[in-house]
Amino acid sequence: MPNRKNIVPYRRPAPGTQPDYLFPPYASTVKRAPTKPLVVLPQTLTETTGPVFGRDEVKPGDADLTRQHRGDPIGERIIVSGRVVDENGQPVAGTLVEVWQANSAGRYPHRVDQHDAPMDPNFTGCGRALTDKQGRYRFVTIKPGEYPWRNHYNAWRPAHIHFSLFGPAFATRLVTQMYFPGDPLLERDPMYNCIPDEKARRRLISAFDWQTTIPEIALGYRFDIVLRGRKQTPFEKRR
Amino acid sequence: MSLHATTSQTVGPYLHIGMTWLVTENLVRAGVPGERVTIEGRVLDGDGKPVNDASVEIWQADAKGRYGAKGFRGFGRSNTDMKGRFRFKTIKPGRVPGPRGKVQAPHIAVNIFMRGQLKQLVTRIYFPGDPSNDADPVLSLVPARRRPTLIAKKTKKTLQWNIVLQGKDETVFFEL
Repeated sequence: MPNRKNIVPYRRPAPGTQPDYLFPPYASTVKRAPTKPLVVLPQTLTETTGPVFGRDEVKPGDADLTRQHRGDPIGERIIVSGRVVDENGQPVAGTLVEVWQANSAGRYPHRVDQHDAPMDPNFTGCGRALTDKQGRYRFVTIKPGEYPWRNHYNAWRPAHIHFSLFGPAFATRLVTQMYFPGDPLLERDPMYNCIPDEKARRRLISAFDWQTTIPEIALGYRFDIVLRGRKQTPFEKRR
Repeated sequence: MSLHATTSQTVGPYLHIGMTWLVTENLVRAGVPGERVTIEGRVLDGDGKPVNDASVEIWQADAKGRYGAKGFRGFGRSNTDMKGRFRFKTIKPGRVPGPRGKVQAPHIAVNIFMRGQLKQLVTRIYFPGDPSNDADPVLSLVPARRRPTLIAKKTKKTLQWNIVLQGKDETVFFEL
Protein backbone atom coordinates (compact mmCIF):
# COMPACT_ATOMS: atom_id res chain seq x y z
CA MET A 1 0.00 0.00 0.00
CA PRO A 2 1.25 3.54 -0.76
CA ASN A 3 2.49 5.78 2.01
CA ARG A 4 0.00 7.63 4.16
CA LYS A 5 1.51 11.07 4.01
CA ASN A 6 -1.06 13.78 4.45
CA ILE A 7 -3.05 14.76 1.38
CA VAL A 8 -3.03 18.45 0.48
CA PRO A 9 -6.56 18.88 -0.89
CA TYR A 10 -7.69 20.85 -3.92
CA ARG A 11 -9.58 24.05 -3.22
CA ARG A 12 -13.34 24.18 -3.34
CA PRO A 13 -14.70 26.60 -5.96
CA ALA A 14 -15.04 30.27 -5.09
CA PRO A 15 -18.73 31.22 -4.69
CA GLY A 16 -20.50 31.99 -7.96
CA THR A 17 -17.69 30.79 -10.21
CA GLN A 18 -19.18 27.37 -11.04
CA PRO A 19 -22.72 26.59 -12.22
CA ASP A 20 -25.28 24.63 -10.22
CA TYR A 21 -26.54 21.38 -11.70
CA LEU A 22 -30.11 22.67 -12.01
CA PHE A 23 -30.52 25.71 -14.24
CA PRO A 24 -34.04 25.67 -15.74
CA PRO A 25 -33.29 28.18 -18.55
CA TYR A 26 -31.16 25.32 -19.93
CA ALA A 27 -34.09 22.94 -20.29
CA SER A 28 -32.14 19.67 -20.36
CA THR A 29 -30.94 20.20 -16.78
CA VAL A 30 -34.47 19.73 -15.42
CA LYS A 31 -34.61 15.94 -15.87
CA ARG A 32 -30.90 15.38 -15.35
CA ALA A 33 -29.79 17.43 -12.35
CA PRO A 34 -29.55 15.59 -9.02
CA THR A 35 -32.54 16.31 -6.75
CA LYS A 36 -31.10 14.93 -3.52
CA PRO A 37 -28.35 16.66 -1.55
CA LEU A 38 -24.78 15.95 -2.64
CA VAL A 39 -22.52 14.27 -0.11
CA VAL A 40 -19.34 16.24 0.54
CA LEU A 41 -16.44 13.96 -0.35
CA PRO A 42 -13.23 14.20 1.66
CA GLN A 43 -10.35 14.25 -0.79
CA THR A 44 -8.34 11.05 -0.56
CA LEU A 45 -5.56 9.54 -2.65
CA THR A 46 -8.30 8.52 -5.11
CA GLU A 47 -9.26 12.12 -5.86
CA THR A 48 -5.78 13.64 -5.73
CA THR A 49 -4.25 11.29 -8.31
CA GLY A 50 -5.23 10.90 -11.97
CA PRO A 51 -4.40 9.27 -15.29
CA VAL A 52 -1.38 10.24 -17.40
CA PHE A 53 -1.47 10.35 -21.21
CA GLY A 54 1.62 10.26 -23.38
CA ARG A 55 3.14 11.18 -26.69
CA ASP A 56 2.45 7.68 -27.99
CA GLU A 57 -1.26 8.54 -27.99
CA VAL A 58 -1.21 12.22 -28.85
CA LYS A 59 0.72 13.16 -32.00
CA PRO A 60 1.69 16.74 -32.91
CA GLY A 61 -0.58 16.55 -35.99
CA ASP A 62 -3.61 15.90 -33.79
CA ALA A 63 -3.63 19.61 -32.92
CA ASP A 64 -4.23 20.70 -36.53
CA LEU A 65 -7.93 20.30 -37.34
CA THR A 66 -7.43 21.66 -40.85
CA ARG A 67 -5.20 18.77 -41.96
CA GLN A 68 -7.31 15.72 -41.19
CA HIS A 69 -8.67 15.17 -44.71
CA ARG A 70 -7.56 15.48 -48.33
CA GLY A 71 -8.67 19.04 -48.87
CA ASP A 72 -8.83 22.24 -46.89
CA PRO A 73 -11.91 22.82 -44.76
CA ILE A 74 -14.10 25.78 -45.66
CA GLY A 75 -14.05 28.72 -43.30
CA GLU A 76 -11.79 31.17 -41.58
CA ARG A 77 -8.57 29.51 -40.41
CA ILE A 78 -7.63 30.47 -36.84
CA ILE A 79 -4.97 29.68 -34.24
CA VAL A 80 -6.31 28.93 -30.77
CA SER A 81 -3.64 28.83 -28.09
CA GLY A 82 -3.14 29.51 -24.43
CA ARG A 83 -1.72 28.32 -21.16
CA VAL A 84 -3.08 25.88 -18.66
CA VAL A 85 -2.17 26.85 -15.11
CA ASP A 86 -3.53 25.93 -11.69
CA GLU A 87 -5.11 28.26 -9.15
CA ASN A 88 -1.66 28.87 -7.70
CA GLY A 89 -0.44 30.12 -11.08
CA GLN A 90 1.75 27.06 -11.68
CA PRO A 91 1.83 25.68 -15.24
CA VAL A 92 0.08 22.35 -15.75
CA ALA A 93 2.58 20.53 -17.96
CA GLY A 94 1.98 17.44 -20.07
CA THR A 95 -1.75 17.40 -19.58
CA LEU A 96 -4.24 16.21 -22.17
CA VAL A 97 -6.48 18.80 -23.87
CA GLU A 98 -9.32 17.50 -26.10
CA VAL A 99 -11.33 19.86 -28.31
CA TRP A 100 -14.39 19.51 -30.53
CA GLN A 101 -16.47 22.02 -32.45
CA ALA A 102 -18.94 22.66 -35.28
CA ASN A 103 -17.78 23.41 -38.81
CA SER A 104 -17.84 26.94 -40.23
CA ALA A 105 -21.52 26.56 -41.15
CA GLY A 106 -22.49 25.56 -37.61
CA ARG A 107 -22.90 21.84 -38.29
CA TYR A 108 -21.50 18.82 -36.45
CA PRO A 109 -20.91 15.51 -38.26
CA HIS A 110 -23.17 13.73 -35.78
CA ARG A 111 -26.34 11.68 -36.30
CA VAL A 112 -28.26 13.88 -33.84
CA ASP A 113 -27.43 17.15 -35.62
CA GLN A 114 -30.20 17.85 -38.13
CA HIS A 115 -29.46 21.53 -38.60
CA ASP A 116 -30.02 22.53 -42.24
CA ALA A 117 -26.45 23.60 -42.90
CA PRO A 118 -23.84 21.91 -45.08
CA MET A 119 -21.44 19.28 -43.84
CA ASP A 120 -17.81 19.82 -44.74
CA PRO A 121 -16.14 16.60 -45.93
CA ASN A 122 -12.79 18.12 -45.02
CA PHE A 123 -13.64 18.95 -41.43
CA THR A 124 -14.42 16.57 -38.58
CA GLY A 125 -13.91 19.12 -35.83
CA CYS A 126 -11.97 17.22 -33.18
CA GLY A 127 -8.40 17.51 -31.98
CA ARG A 128 -6.14 16.98 -29.02
CA ALA A 129 -2.83 18.13 -27.60
CA LEU A 130 -0.56 17.74 -24.61
CA THR A 131 0.57 20.92 -22.90
CA ASP A 132 4.30 21.70 -22.93
CA LYS A 133 6.49 22.41 -19.88
CA GLN A 134 5.05 25.91 -19.55
CA GLY A 135 1.51 24.57 -19.78
CA ARG A 136 1.03 25.88 -23.33
CA TYR A 137 -1.16 24.32 -26.01
CA ARG A 138 -1.90 25.38 -29.59
CA PHE A 139 -4.55 24.31 -32.10
CA VAL A 140 -4.99 25.22 -35.76
CA THR A 141 -8.64 25.10 -36.76
CA ILE A 142 -11.39 27.07 -38.49
CA LYS A 143 -13.77 29.44 -36.77
CA PRO A 144 -16.89 27.48 -35.79
CA GLY A 145 -20.31 28.73 -36.89
CA GLU A 146 -23.25 29.61 -34.66
CA TYR A 147 -26.16 27.19 -34.79
CA PRO A 148 -29.78 26.96 -33.67
CA TRP A 149 -30.96 24.67 -30.89
CA ARG A 150 -34.48 24.12 -29.68
CA ASN A 151 -34.03 25.09 -26.06
CA HIS A 152 -36.34 28.12 -26.36
CA TYR A 153 -37.84 30.30 -29.09
CA ASN A 154 -35.22 31.39 -31.65
CA ALA A 155 -32.39 29.89 -29.63
CA TRP A 156 -28.90 30.09 -31.15
CA ARG A 157 -25.65 28.96 -29.59
CA PRO A 158 -22.82 31.48 -29.80
CA ALA A 159 -19.77 30.22 -31.68
CA HIS A 160 -17.78 28.01 -29.32
CA ILE A 161 -15.15 25.30 -29.02
CA HIS A 162 -15.53 22.53 -26.44
CA PHE A 163 -12.45 21.93 -24.26
CA SER A 164 -11.85 18.86 -22.09
CA LEU A 165 -8.87 18.80 -19.71
CA PHE A 166 -7.54 16.30 -17.22
CA GLY A 167 -4.92 18.02 -15.07
CA PRO A 168 -2.95 16.01 -12.52
CA ALA A 169 -5.85 14.53 -10.55
CA PHE A 170 -9.36 13.10 -10.68
CA ALA A 171 -10.37 16.32 -8.86
CA THR A 172 -8.96 18.61 -11.58
CA ARG A 173 -10.99 17.18 -14.48
CA LEU A 174 -12.67 20.03 -16.38
CA VAL A 175 -14.89 20.32 -19.44
CA THR A 176 -15.66 23.83 -20.60
CA GLN A 177 -16.39 25.93 -23.70
CA MET A 178 -14.38 28.74 -25.25
CA TYR A 179 -16.28 31.66 -26.81
CA PHE A 180 -15.24 34.45 -29.18
CA PRO A 181 -14.97 38.17 -28.33
CA GLY A 182 -17.87 40.40 -29.30
CA ASP A 183 -20.34 37.60 -29.99
CA PRO A 184 -23.83 39.17 -29.74
CA LEU A 185 -25.40 35.78 -28.92
CA LEU A 186 -23.59 35.46 -25.58
CA GLU A 187 -26.01 37.66 -23.65
CA ARG A 188 -28.94 35.38 -24.58
CA ASP A 189 -27.14 32.06 -24.14
CA PRO A 190 -28.30 30.01 -21.11
CA MET A 191 -25.05 28.08 -20.94
CA TYR A 192 -22.92 31.20 -20.81
CA ASN A 193 -25.33 32.78 -18.35
CA CYS A 194 -25.51 29.79 -16.00
CA ILE A 195 -22.46 31.25 -14.22
CA PRO A 196 -23.51 33.76 -11.54
CA ASP A 197 -20.16 35.58 -11.33
CA GLU A 198 -19.76 37.96 -14.24
CA LYS A 199 -15.96 37.93 -14.14
CA ALA A 200 -15.96 34.12 -14.21
CA ARG A 201 -18.29 34.24 -17.22
CA ARG A 202 -16.04 36.63 -19.08
CA ARG A 203 -13.05 34.37 -18.59
CA LEU A 204 -14.68 31.92 -21.02
CA ILE A 205 -14.31 34.46 -23.82
CA SER A 206 -11.06 34.19 -25.74
CA ALA A 207 -9.12 37.30 -26.72
CA PHE A 208 -7.93 38.25 -30.17
CA ASP A 209 -4.16 37.79 -30.01
CA TRP A 210 -1.96 39.73 -32.38
CA GLN A 211 1.12 37.86 -31.10
CA THR A 212 -0.10 34.48 -32.33
CA THR A 213 -1.72 35.82 -35.49
CA ILE A 214 0.26 34.63 -38.52
CA PRO A 215 0.59 37.19 -41.33
CA GLU A 216 -1.32 36.18 -44.50
CA ILE A 217 -2.40 32.92 -42.79
CA ALA A 218 -4.61 33.04 -39.71
CA LEU A 219 -5.94 35.16 -36.85
CA GLY A 220 -4.90 34.14 -33.34
CA TYR A 221 -7.19 33.76 -30.33
CA ARG A 222 -5.88 33.26 -26.83
CA PHE A 223 -7.71 31.18 -24.24
CA ASP A 224 -6.00 30.56 -20.91
CA ILE A 225 -7.43 27.88 -18.66
CA VAL A 226 -7.15 27.56 -14.88
CA LEU A 227 -7.51 24.15 -13.25
CA ARG A 228 -8.16 23.62 -9.56
CA GLY A 229 -5.06 24.07 -7.41
CA ARG A 230 -4.15 22.56 -4.08
CA LYS A 231 -4.50 24.59 -0.94
CA GLN A 232 -1.13 26.06 -0.19
CA THR A 233 0.82 24.72 2.73
CA PRO A 234 2.33 27.23 5.21
CA PHE A 235 5.78 26.38 3.79
CA GLU A 236 4.79 27.30 0.25
CA LYS A 237 3.20 30.55 1.37
CA ARG A 238 6.50 31.67 2.91
CA ARG A 239 8.46 31.10 -0.27
CA MET B 1 -0.94 34.24 -6.45
CA SER B 2 -4.47 32.99 -6.39
CA LEU B 3 -6.65 32.44 -9.44
CA HIS B 4 -10.10 30.96 -9.81
CA ALA B 5 -10.61 27.73 -11.71
CA THR B 6 -12.19 28.13 -15.13
CA THR B 7 -15.95 27.61 -15.10
CA SER B 8 -17.31 24.27 -16.18
CA GLN B 9 -19.64 24.09 -19.20
CA THR B 10 -21.70 21.23 -20.58
CA VAL B 11 -20.20 18.72 -23.01
CA GLY B 12 -23.39 19.24 -25.05
CA PRO B 13 -25.01 16.66 -27.33
CA TYR B 14 -22.02 16.12 -29.62
CA LEU B 15 -19.45 15.01 -27.05
CA HIS B 16 -18.83 11.79 -28.96
CA ILE B 17 -17.04 13.75 -31.70
CA GLY B 18 -14.27 14.82 -29.39
CA MET B 19 -14.28 12.05 -26.80
CA THR B 20 -14.63 8.79 -28.76
CA TRP B 21 -10.94 8.41 -29.66
CA LEU B 22 -10.09 7.74 -26.00
CA VAL B 23 -12.89 5.27 -25.30
CA THR B 24 -11.34 2.60 -23.04
CA GLU B 25 -13.81 -0.09 -22.03
CA ASN B 26 -11.17 -2.73 -21.41
CA LEU B 27 -8.64 -1.49 -18.88
CA VAL B 28 -6.73 -4.72 -18.44
CA ARG B 29 -3.97 -6.19 -20.54
CA ALA B 30 -3.03 -9.86 -20.32
CA GLY B 31 -0.69 -10.58 -17.45
CA VAL B 32 -1.95 -7.80 -15.17
CA PRO B 33 -2.64 -9.38 -11.79
CA GLY B 34 -6.04 -9.04 -10.15
CA GLU B 35 -9.58 -10.37 -10.09
CA ARG B 36 -11.28 -9.66 -13.44
CA VAL B 37 -14.63 -7.91 -13.24
CA THR B 38 -17.07 -6.66 -15.87
CA ILE B 39 -19.14 -3.69 -14.75
CA GLU B 40 -22.21 -2.85 -16.82
CA GLY B 41 -25.02 -0.41 -16.34
CA ARG B 42 -27.31 2.23 -17.75
CA VAL B 43 -27.69 5.95 -17.25
CA LEU B 44 -31.34 6.88 -16.62
CA ASP B 45 -32.88 10.36 -16.45
CA GLY B 46 -35.68 11.75 -14.28
CA ASP B 47 -38.32 10.02 -16.43
CA GLY B 48 -36.46 6.71 -16.28
CA LYS B 49 -35.45 7.15 -19.91
CA PRO B 50 -32.00 6.01 -21.04
CA VAL B 51 -29.42 8.76 -21.51
CA ASN B 52 -27.77 7.99 -24.84
CA ASP B 53 -25.39 10.95 -24.87
CA ALA B 54 -23.33 10.44 -21.74
CA SER B 55 -19.67 9.68 -21.23
CA VAL B 56 -18.73 7.71 -18.11
CA GLU B 57 -15.11 7.90 -16.94
CA ILE B 58 -13.52 5.79 -14.23
CA TRP B 59 -10.30 6.05 -12.23
CA GLN B 60 -9.04 3.26 -10.03
CA ALA B 61 -6.05 1.66 -8.33
CA ASP B 62 -4.50 -1.66 -9.31
CA ALA B 63 -5.02 -4.88 -7.36
CA LYS B 64 -2.38 -3.82 -4.83
CA GLY B 65 -4.01 -0.45 -4.19
CA ARG B 66 -1.51 1.57 -6.25
CA TYR B 67 -2.59 4.44 -8.50
CA GLY B 68 -0.84 4.84 -11.84
CA ALA B 69 1.40 1.82 -11.36
CA LYS B 70 3.33 0.51 -14.35
CA GLY B 71 1.25 -1.75 -16.58
CA PHE B 72 -2.14 -0.55 -15.33
CA ARG B 73 -3.17 3.03 -16.05
CA GLY B 74 -6.48 2.69 -14.24
CA PHE B 75 -8.44 5.02 -16.53
CA GLY B 76 -11.55 4.03 -18.45
CA ARG B 77 -14.06 5.87 -20.62
CA SER B 78 -17.31 4.47 -22.01
CA ASN B 79 -19.80 6.48 -24.05
CA THR B 80 -23.39 5.35 -23.57
CA ASP B 81 -25.17 3.66 -26.48
CA MET B 82 -28.74 4.21 -27.70
CA LYS B 83 -30.05 2.28 -24.68
CA GLY B 84 -28.00 4.33 -22.25
CA ARG B 85 -25.62 1.44 -21.58
CA PHE B 86 -21.93 1.63 -20.64
CA ARG B 87 -19.47 -1.12 -19.73
CA PHE B 88 -15.97 -1.70 -18.37
CA LYS B 89 -13.76 -4.75 -18.15
CA THR B 90 -11.30 -4.17 -15.37
CA ILE B 91 -9.87 -5.58 -12.17
CA LYS B 92 -11.10 -5.19 -8.65
CA PRO B 93 -8.84 -2.55 -7.11
CA GLY B 94 -7.01 -3.07 -3.84
CA ARG B 95 -7.57 -0.96 -0.74
CA VAL B 96 -6.10 2.54 -0.65
CA PRO B 97 -5.49 5.01 2.21
CA GLY B 98 -8.37 7.19 3.34
CA PRO B 99 -8.79 10.16 5.67
CA ARG B 100 -7.37 10.17 9.19
CA GLY B 101 -5.25 7.07 8.77
CA LYS B 102 -8.20 4.86 7.81
CA VAL B 103 -8.12 2.47 4.86
CA GLN B 104 -10.81 2.63 2.19
CA ALA B 105 -12.77 -0.32 0.85
CA PRO B 106 -12.07 -1.21 -2.81
CA HIS B 107 -13.79 1.39 -4.98
CA ILE B 108 -13.72 3.06 -8.38
CA ALA B 109 -14.08 6.83 -8.82
CA VAL B 110 -16.54 7.94 -11.52
CA ASN B 111 -16.98 11.19 -13.47
CA ILE B 112 -20.11 11.47 -15.64
CA PHE B 113 -20.58 13.98 -18.47
CA MET B 114 -23.67 14.61 -20.57
CA ARG B 115 -25.87 17.16 -22.25
CA GLY B 116 -27.94 18.83 -19.55
CA GLN B 117 -25.11 18.58 -17.03
CA LEU B 118 -23.35 21.93 -16.58
CA LYS B 119 -20.55 20.20 -14.69
CA GLN B 120 -19.66 16.56 -14.25
CA LEU B 121 -21.33 14.32 -11.73
CA VAL B 122 -18.98 12.59 -9.29
CA THR B 123 -19.75 9.23 -7.74
CA ARG B 124 -18.14 5.90 -6.77
CA ILE B 125 -18.62 2.20 -7.40
CA TYR B 126 -18.12 -0.22 -4.49
CA PHE B 127 -18.06 -4.01 -4.66
CA PRO B 128 -20.87 -6.24 -3.37
CA GLY B 129 -20.17 -8.38 -0.34
CA ASP B 130 -16.78 -6.85 0.40
CA PRO B 131 -16.31 -7.07 4.17
CA SER B 132 -14.48 -3.73 4.26
CA ASN B 133 -17.51 -1.80 2.94
CA ASP B 134 -19.01 -1.50 6.43
CA ALA B 135 -16.08 0.48 7.79
CA ASP B 136 -15.36 2.51 4.64
CA PRO B 137 -14.81 6.16 5.64
CA VAL B 138 -16.63 7.53 2.56
CA LEU B 139 -19.58 5.09 2.48
CA SER B 140 -20.18 5.83 6.15
CA LEU B 141 -20.79 9.51 5.27
CA VAL B 142 -23.74 8.44 3.10
CA PRO B 143 -27.18 7.92 4.70
CA ALA B 144 -27.53 4.13 5.16
CA ARG B 145 -30.67 3.92 3.04
CA ARG B 146 -28.89 5.47 0.04
CA ARG B 147 -25.66 3.45 0.30
CA PRO B 148 -26.91 0.61 -1.95
CA THR B 149 -26.86 3.03 -4.92
CA LEU B 150 -23.06 3.02 -4.69
CA ILE B 151 -22.63 -0.76 -4.48
CA ALA B 152 -22.74 -2.79 -7.69
CA LYS B 153 -25.04 -5.82 -7.82
CA LYS B 154 -23.66 -9.23 -8.60
CA THR B 155 -25.22 -11.19 -11.44
CA LYS B 156 -23.97 -14.47 -12.92
CA LYS B 157 -21.13 -13.02 -14.96
CA THR B 158 -21.08 -9.30 -14.37
CA LEU B 159 -21.52 -6.54 -11.86
CA GLN B 160 -24.52 -4.32 -12.57
CA TRP B 161 -24.39 -0.70 -11.53
CA ASN B 162 -26.83 1.91 -12.84
CA ILE B 163 -26.54 5.67 -12.70
CA VAL B 164 -29.98 7.00 -11.76
CA LEU B 165 -30.08 10.78 -12.09
CA GLN B 166 -33.28 11.49 -10.18
CA GLY B 167 -36.01 9.93 -8.06
CA LYS B 168 -36.43 7.31 -5.37
CA ASP B 169 -33.35 5.32 -6.34
CA GLU B 170 -31.26 8.37 -7.24
CA THR B 171 -27.56 7.56 -7.19
CA VAL B 172 -25.55 9.31 -4.50
CA PHE B 173 -23.44 12.03 -6.09
CA PHE B 174 -20.56 13.73 -4.33
CA GLU B 175 -19.42 17.30 -4.01
CA LEU B 176 -15.69 17.13 -4.60
